Amino acid sequence: MKIEHSLSHGELIIKLSGELDERTGPYVRMTLDSIIDASDFKRIRIDMSKLSFMDSTGIGVLIGRYKRLSPRGIPIILQSPNPSVDRVLGLSGIYNIMIKAG
Amino acid sequence: MHNEMTLIFSAVSENEAFARNAVAAFCVPLDPTIDQINDIKTAVSEAVTNCIVHAYPIKPEEKFVTVKTVIDGGTVHIVVSDNGIGIEDVEKAMQPFFTTKPDEERSGMGFTVMESFCDSLEVTKNTPSGTTVSMTKRVRGADWKTNKS
Repeated sequence: MKIEHSLSHGELIIKLSGELDERTGPYVRMTLDSIIDASDFKRIRIDMSKLSFMDSTGIGVLIGRYKRLSPRGIPIILQSPNPSVDRVLGLSGIYNIMIKAG
Repeated sequence: MHNEMTLIFSAVSENEAFARNAVAAFCVPLDPTIDQINDIKTAVSEAVTNCIVHAYPIKPEEKFVTVKTVIDGGTVHIVVSDNGIGIEDVEKAMQPFFTTKPDEERSGMGFTVMESFCDSLEVTKNTPSGTTVSMTKRVRGADWKTNKS
């Protein structure tokens, strides 16, 4: 699992590459929190185009970050999930609280 | 075609990717679509995760998960079982968003995903202990390869 991030015009862009499951979930959770805590941004875009696999563990990770960011009014954009990841996301109803792009 | 395999591995998260990829690879002779392969991988991952997270509260590394896969014509039968503490109320556990571990950021969507990604799902209690999750997935049409050739 690889996590890259960059900051551009107030937007924190996080790119996830690899597989998000029970094995990698704790690492993703910890890394996202550490990036979020160290950055100043108005919205967050999670680029999922290179995320080849995600099960419902990923839903828990995303909702956990939402709970941290929503009190600050920071929206989360989920960018370009593959069809399988998109289906898991859609089933969970997460698009009611996060924005799907691409 | 009839073909079977059984995997038995320690109940640790390191084995999740192995289990889902092994089952997916075993199904390749059926010539599934990419979507069907991804469905199988996701469903297996959910079932194995449940065993790893919930079945064995003490020393899971010394306990085992069994994944039996049977190809019968164009249908794949996957049975994931453990001998752990079992599920107290199966019906409740299968409700979307139900989780016994909300503090760990669990989504409670595992069974919902399995149900959605497979054609059938059955959850039963083992005797004397543990849980068995049985899933079936039809891969293409049973006569797809015949028609193709």
